[in-house]
Amino acid sequence: MKYVDEYRDGALARAVASAIRAEADPARTYRFMEFCGGHTHAIARYGLEDLLPANVRMIHGPGCPVCVLPVSRVDAAIRLASQPGVTLATYGDLMRVPGSKGMSLQKAKAVGADIRMVYSTLDALRIAEQEPGREVVFFAIGFETTTPPTAVALRMAETKRLGNFSVFCNHVMTPAAMRAILTTPDGVPLDGFVGPAHVSTVIGTAPYAFCAAEFGRPVVIAGFEPLDVMQAVLMLVRQVNAGRCAVENQYARAVTPEGNRKAQALVAELFELRDAFEWRGLGVLPNSALKLRPSFARFDAEARFGVETLTAADNPACDCGAILRGMKRPPDCRLFGRTCTPENPIGACMVSSEGACAAHWTYGRFREPVRAVPIEGVLP
Amino acid sequence: MLTPRYGRLDLKAGRVEMTHGAGGRAMAQLIGEIFRPALANEFLSQGNDQAIVPLPAGGRLAMTTDGYVVSPLFFPGGDIGSLAVHGTINDLAMAGATPLYLTANFVIEEGFALADLARIATSMGAAAREAGVPVVAGDTKVVERGKADGLYISTAGVGVVPSGLDLSGDRARPGDAILLSGAIGDHGVAIMSSRENLTFETAVLSDSAALHGLVAAMVAAAGPHLKLMRDPTRGGLAATLNEIARQSSVGLQIEEAAIPVRPQVAAACELLGLDPLNVANEGKLVAVVEPQAAEPLLAAMRAHPLGRDAVRIGTVTRDDQHFVQMTTAFGGKRIVDWLAGEQLPRIC
Ligand code: SF4
Repeated sequence: MKYVDEYRDGALARAVASAIRAEADPARTYRFMEFCGGHTHAIARYGLEDLLPANVRMIHGPGCPVCVLPVSRVDAAIRLASQPGVTLATYGDLMRVPGSKGMSLQKAKAVGADIRMVYSTLDALRIAEQEPGREVVFFAIGFETTTPPTAVALRMAETKRLGNFSVFCNHVMTPAAMRAILTTPDGVPLDGFVGPAHVSTVIGTAPYAFCAAEFGRPVVIAGFEPLDVMQAVLMLVRQVNAGRCAVENQYARAVTPEGNRKAQALVAELFELRDAFEWRGLGVLPNSALKLRPSFARFDAEARFGVETLTAADNPACDCGAILRGMKRPPDCRLFGRTCTPENPIGACMVSSEGACAAHWTYGRFREPVRAVPIEGVLP
Repeated sequence: MLTPRYGRLDLKAGRVEMTHGAGGRAMAQLIGEIFRPALANEFLSQGNDQAIVPLPAGGRLAMTTDGYVVSPLFFPGGDIGSLAVHGTINDLAMAGATPLYLTANFVIEEGFALADLARIATSMGAAAREAGVPVVAGDTKVVERGKADGLYISTAGVGVVPSGLDLSGDRARPGDAILLSGAIGDHGVAIMSSRENLTFETAVLSDSAALHGLVAAMVAAAGPHLKLMRDPTRGGLAATLNEIARQSSVGLQIEEAAIPVRPQVAAACELLGLDPLNVANEGKLVAVVEPQAAEPLLAAMRAHPLGRDAVRIGTVTRDDQHFVQMTTAFGGKRIVDWLAGEQLPRIC
């Protein structure tokens, strides 16, 4: 516990905050994107906005795995789960993500699809072992952090010769999304990135070198404790002030330049790049996601059940796409807090606890000016 | 004002989902749109965890009922039997009532082990005796295998409310002090640790306990200055504070640094990606009291074994939006909201 306390020390945070205030040049604005939903969540949950000067602005990025999953893949998962004999094992956050026509895994479950919430890939594997009569499909999503556990489960399924286990693979890659942000025409102006620490424990810091080298944007890899985020902001301010532009590592307690070689090798053995993958908000990006190698096709739910991903449109009123690209803030969406709330999410950013809209609604909506006529709610 | 237009329930094609039972806003909507209008009466509409009804011969009776569907049935620090006794006693106690009698209804799944049933019944009896509130009537039903998850218990309880005492969720006023009887999150973490087979360094025990003794001491100390009490069970402290804010049409301002959380509970929440403010308790209470009586009341709470760690966590404020706001340990501000959906561990 001491470990966590150190990074939540309020007095220390205030000291870092005054260093940021002292060093930030009042004549300019600093716009930093926190790539990852974990950072967005920490900023909102600890009220870090209140500690930063007004000219240091944080912009939400696309790093929430639930948020970037497009409607078409959610629809495909619902279709998979609705096949007779299939059990879909999924992380809880995915249950409420809206697919098309107001459907979600949670609603599919309520009308009879066999969908089970799991906490790890190994839970899914256990279901397959205990219920040999069912086809167990693990709904795999996430960035580089969650790919190795999926690979481990696949390895174990192979060793145990499990014939009834497969993976619906939706693993995506961080650097590809960063590149997309930096190359979007009329993209959001940025002065640097707070990079995701958990991802870097796996892939290291080297894959971000292009941000600095090609695009001239500094990156500071940071942990998810509030103090980590504050320190990363200070490091970015210093780089910008000095006109420097490098990949720095605030999270040296766990991240090395080369990352976890063993995990990388395992992933490379089981997965290969997809030519293209659709992201919510960012569109179809080349070389941005993984699929199972042909030698593992028997564990690939897409091959096994003939999953087609039909393109499905996002809800036209939803601004998730712009929010995931950093172009808009949650309250800029017309639906925010009116028809779209965590109980009744219209877009994915309101579903995941790490989504930008959910974080702002849950922790920060008191900052919004009074703007609509009160309507009688259903609550006591 | 950011007032959401909660879509109404789809009574034609909609289905009950797990979130409708999770103690958050979806459950409030289910109750508000189906049960409250169907069963409408002046007592139910008060929205408290118990009803205070007049007796024909004078005096007031407190009544409550509750269902227990906990999984697993046995957890560190208790089981479904003792929990059913404590939970129902506490619902009565939160109105300041002296609990008198309980009844219990068992729905048992075919194939359930008799040894487990005996263990649960014994623990239930022991809890009732210790609390001095006997189970005076019961009912037993057995359903076919697959039609229930082992065992469900429903209990009802009655008690009497001392004259002159009026505690209700709508009585908080700006300036009142908000007190909490001890550390939060123990029960939820104890349940989750046994459910998910997670091994924590230190075992966390459920705080399951009957609070009527503590309540009696509090009523004696604060008398009419005491405005309301509520036990933060499912939905945790966050849901309870939001209920108070809504029912009383006020805001609440609390201090994160003042809220006690055991280090093991904080660590487990960290691991599971949960906020201790949303985690269930079964032996804690929140009290709202007029400011001048806050200190004597705290002293009385701390003198009782179940209120030893009692603290003042904040103040009732004027706020048209009825927000529960918290100053974080970092000095920033945030909202403390109801949990949307179920409490879920995070993905990465
Ligand atoms: S408020 Fe809802 S609809 Fe609007 S961008 Fe956020 S998630 Fe999408």
